[in-house]
Amino acid sequence: MAEYSAPEARTGTLRVKSGLAQMLKGGVIMDVVNAEQARIAEEAGACAVMALERIPADIRADGGVARMSDPDLINEIKNAVTIPVMAKCRIGHFVEAQILESLEIDYIDESEVLTPADEANHVDKHAFRIPFVCGATDLGEALRRINEGAAMIRTKGEAGTGNVVEAVRHMRAIHGGIARLRAAREDELYAAAKELRAPYELVVSVAKTGALPVVNFSAGGIATPADAALMMQLGADGVFVGSGIYKSEDPPARARAIVEAVTHFNEPDVLARVSAGLKEAMPGIEISSLRESELLQSRGW
Amino acid sequence: MAGKICIGVVAVQGAFVEHESMFARLGAATRRVRTSEDLLGLHAITIPGGETTTLRRIAGDSGLIDGLRTARQAGVPMLGTCAGLISLADAISDGSDPIIGGLDITVRRNGYGRQIASFEAEVSVTAIGEDALVEAVFIRAPILERVGDDVVVHALYQGDPVAVSSGECLGVTFHPELTSDHRFHQWLYERAVGYANAHRTRSQEDVSVRA
Repeated sequence: MAEYSAPEARTGTLRVKSGLAQMLKGGVIMDVVNAEQARIAEEAGACAVMALERIPADIRADGGVARMSDPDLINEIKNAVTIPVMAKCRIGHFVEAQILESLEIDYIDESEVLTPADEANHVDKHAFRIPFVCGATDLGEALRRINEGAAMIRTKGEAGTGNVVEAVRHMRAIHGGIARLRAAREDELYAAAKELRAPYELVVSVAKTGALPVVNFSAGGIATPADAALMMQLGADGVFVGSGIYKSEDPPARARAIVEAVTHFNEPDVLARVSAGLKEAMPGIEISSLRESELLQSRGW
Repeated sequence: MAGKICIGVVAVQGAFVEHESMFARLGAATRRVRTSEDLLGLHAITIPGGETTTLRRIAGDSGLIDGLRTARQAGVPMLGTCAGLISLADAISDGSDPIIGGLDITVRRNGYGRQIASFEAEVSVTAIGEDALVEAVFIRAPILERVGDDVVVHALYQGDPVAVSSGECLGVTFHPELTSDHRFHQWLYERAVGYANAHRTRSQEDVSVRA
């Protein structure tokens, strides 16, 4: 056996942070507001849960300032399940992030669903041992978040609407952006970086590999198994489902169906079977009926 | 001819693409396994890291776990990493039922703690490729609480076994698919070749008996 000299463990490295996201791929991350919902999600096959006080549809309905959840609630959910637990902090609110780190949750979502705390700066995510997931609407935004240390990206969609159209727009924007970089000449990448408002080195890496350097899930508006499979076929590595489950008539059945749809996203026969008899989906909101100021996706810079 | 070696990669949930690229570099063809029908004709199977409860739920309901257990009992070589190792363990310390089984070990899920305790470190590897210190990535990794007498230890971290095999089953608590170290995938590939040869010989014998 090779010489053994008590090797030092390195925690919080980028590989360890983005590695957890790699293990979540092909899975469904579900919003839950209490321990009972968390157990339903785990039982349904969720690969992680997002602990929060109110699901996006209710945040939207209630109005006011939406903040990090009560640590008691987060701990209650953490103790209820063995799968990874995520929680949200406000954009730029690094103290909420510090609190979430001290609670030892598994992933922090710096989320536009909560009211932003800083209109210029996001959290410096390199400063944390806990990994971060951040929302993005296009390639430039995704690369800016990765540059700040995000170990996972999710397209924003429009949370709390049950309408998948924005999720589709954002996923297509990211993959379209990647395709354009792949096709660009090397000497065009400087201008591309400027246009994307993203670091040149990351732009070069995407042009070379044809992929983001971290996992990219889809979020915001997924309400049915077909929605989830649609996002997977468009290139998502997995999906977040928030209001879509617990605003529907039969949450456990819908949760299981969406999990199966993500595993078998390319098999219409399976999708047909799991879509049958699910009772009512969440009602949903037409995006054009929302005022500009009601859009969550435009939060983040 | 048995044709090209084909290794199944269980693709229910988790890091299956990373395993596919490891085998691609070794020149082995892979097939994604989502249902028990996908198991037909495979020479070896990899069970990647992911969430154990998700695997148990989806693969249990669809009959894939039963299929994997039958394949393992028929001697198809298997490699499990992290959650994959948990699914090959004969016992899980929280008392939940074994998933596939095959390795005489007792495993504790998330043995080092939550994500904040996930880490990279060098582990000392033996009896698989050349003895070496190898970089390893542990993510919410399990700990082996008990290792049976007939189990071979292939890697140690701080004196504790982190890679073990028994017969045609190899389990690793970390993620070789996230680094560039091929030795565990090479082990499975070589076993796959052996399995393919054994089965080719048998089918040729069948032919000669009939002739």
